[in-house]
Amino acid sequence: MANRIPRVPVREQDPKVRATNFEEVCYGYSREEAMLEASRCLHCKNPRCVGACPVNIQIPDFIERIAQGDIPGAAEVIARDSSLPAVCGRVCPQETQCEGSCILGVKGEAVAIGKLERFVGDEIADRSLGEQRPEVAGGRYGGGAPIKDANGAAVTGVEPPSKANGAAVTGVEPPSDANGAAVTATRVAIIGSGPAGLACASDLAKMGYDVTIFEALHKAGGVLEYGIPEFRLPKDKVLKPAIESVKALGVKIETNVIVGRTVTIDQLMDDEGFKAVFIGTGAGLPKFMGIPGENYNGVFSANEFLTRNNLMKAYRSDYMTPIHAGRKVCVVGGGNVAMDAARTALRLGAEVHIVYRRTETELPARREEVHHAKEEGIIFDLLTNPVEVLPDDKGWVRALKCVRMELGEPDESGRRSPVAIPGSEFEIDADTVIMALGTSPNPLIAKTTAGLETTRRGCLSAGPDGATTRPGIFAGGDAVTGAATVILAMGAGRAAAKAIDEYLKNS
Amino acid sequence: MYTILSKEMLTPNICRMKVRAPRLASSAKPGQFLIVRADEKGERIPLTISDYDAAQGSVTIVTQQIGASSADIISFEEGEAFADVVGPLGLPSEFLTKSAEELSAQHYVFIAGGLGTAPVYPQVKWLHEHGAKVDVIIGARTKDLLIYTEELGAVCDNLHICTDDGSCGFHGVGTAKLEALVAAGEKFTQAVAIGPMIMMKFATLTCKKLGIPIVVSLNTLMVDGTGMCGACRVTVGGKTRFACVEGPEFDGYEVDFDEAMRRQGQYKAEELEEKEHHVCRIGRGK
Repeated sequence: MANRIPRVPVREQDPKVRATNFEEVCYGYSREEAMLEASRCLHCKNPRCVGACPVNIQIPDFIERIAQGDIPGAAEVIARDSSLPAVCGRVCPQETQCEGSCILGVKGEAVAIGKLERFVGDEIADRSLGEQRPEVAGGRYGGGAPIKDANGAAVTGVEPPSKANGAAVTGVEPPSDANGAAVTATRVAIIGSGPAGLACASDLAKMGYDVTIFEALHKAGGVLEYGIPEFRLPKDKVLKPAIESVKALGVKIETNVIVGRTVTIDQLMDDEGFKAVFIGTGAGLPKFMGIPGENYNGVFSANEFLTRNNLMKAYRSDYMTPIHAGRKVCVVGGGNVAMDAARTALRLGAEVHIVYRRTETELPARREEVHHAKEEGIIFDLLTNPVEVLPDDKGWVRALKCVRMELGEPDESGRRSPVAIPGSEFEIDADTVIMALGTSPNPLIAKTTAGLETTRRGCLSAGPDGATTRPGIFAGGDAVTGAATVILAMGAGRAAAKAIDEYLKNS
Repeated sequence: MYTILSKEMLTPNICRMKVRAPRLASSAKPGQFLIVRADEKGERIPLTISDYDAAQGSVTIVTQQIGASSADIISFEEGEAFADVVGPLGLPSEFLTKSAEELSAQHYVFIAGGLGTAPVYPQVKWLHEHGAKVDVIIGARTKDLLIYTEELGAVCDNLHICTDDGSCGFHGVGTAKLEALVAAGEKFTQAVAIGPMIMMKFATLTCKKLGIPIVVSLNTLMVDGTGMCGACRVTVGGKTRFACVEGPEFDGYEVDFDEAMRRQGQYKAEELEEKEHHVCRIGRGK
């Protein structure tokens, strides 16, 4: 094969050092490293990577621009299909998507597409952040006088749409009537400021709509803020600029609004003039196993543990929210959330075991996270399934009683299902148990909005373009699919933006 | 901006604040709660809504200084603003679904303890306005710790004050007063207890003995208050329920109070440490 350059390794924090801090694990490529790695791409005639990307980023095109040293050009190529390259470059499961189908991976190592995407995202954020700083320097609400909405509620973080600050407002003029007088842009409400909501809002704002995102928590970002830890997705460096760039398009973000409680969808549409609504509320409800002892002290959902640490910054002594990591932690589950919880507990000083009922091959987490977790000293107890949480005399966790498993026949999904080995019960000493078994959508909106149907699994029923069972209301992301990936949610948000535009033009 | 419109100390360590939060004020109902985050570094603290005024766009909260976070909330002055106030959270009280006819046949008795007296107020006011007969028993350790006596006196049929030391009203705890009232012939159809977990446990035991159904409002730990974290898990009728979205009010007969009390203390060790190292931010920003 002509390509002889090996995959350019990416610099990372030393595992022993990073196990004691929350700084980002991976440093990312330098410009030289990125250009060298980019030169490895074969520019296949039929690039399989593009088809394997859930939003079909033109991967060989942006890689070619990097190879030429044209980073803004590379960013433009990505921006056509994705608004969060710095995020997705970090959190996408590349090994099962783009990189998993890279032809170089057949005999050697795939092009590091994720690391290259991240490089482009970071470079662009650094540049546009420099330009935006004067505007956001006013404080945590972006400075300026608070703007009130129709009800007099304070609207936080509002900035006027602006082309001057370099944001990509793509040739959309404000709508005007026959006399040329400006008419008010059509209002669209987005519920939830996670990946689906941010992507949908960006696209609609670029089309000229007046977009407001309603966020239940006090900070925008959804799972990117409360779920994914700092060491994997730095908040100030990566997430904040991504959200600022959405605001720079004119999108308003109103935090502390729980749609279904603070205000209903019907009130938004009937009283506040929103003509369409996109629901991107994610899958936020934690699952528990239903085994005895799960309510003893020291048993937490991964959601609680991570929210305390990420959103509430419990790992920092200057923040008030407490967190309990204990001395010996069992994290039950094998997905990204389990890895995040385990590595967070490790950084808080605990010995950490991942307890997973299948083998390493079946671990649903990103391969890189499993690799990093092992490097840092997380202990993997595989083919192991908890059956009971055992307490001490004060009602705190003392041990996790487990049973050994073996892989049986493949089930309908093709995965070999784990079967308990009779009589193999044993105890793992632990003072903390964290359940990371997946999440399901919050039923609040479906319950408080007439005409919205849900599936058997509690997800909102929606077509491929996000149209729900009620006209004018669209949905996408985990709220529709159940827990999935950032990039799929983003793709769903963008598809819905297109459908909302069609719907509003025809109504 | 969640500006504090007024502030008054009801006792040396219980504080009442009216806070601007228009969306919340127009959707709040009796029985619901809200979450306050005083400043950027603060905890999200769940507090029961003590009153709401949609016209003024304000909600009333009553806070007792217990730990560092409640001290931070109380340290805010009129004209200052909290970083965040969100709600209403949880389900409204069940009686809101009852018809006028049903309500007129009811005789409610509220058993309020300590800080729990404040959130009793919007419930009693609502019931009073909708034609139900309501007695209220307020219990406190001593006379100086009684709150909301005038407010409640104005909206209930009979107000019964109890103090542990006998410095005001009935000498004894609220449950003893309840037993005395029943012995004297009062026929209550429904009890509601709001207060410390231990008080609600004993109110439930008393009501069980007297054959009165009872609703309790559980003040569990929580982070987001929207069903996301599960810190508020309680066992009700043998099943795990989330107090934040399925409560906060539950049938007292069904609640596992011992587990709920144990779970409330889950972060005691960390909070103690926080208290020792806490740098008081009173007066910040001035």
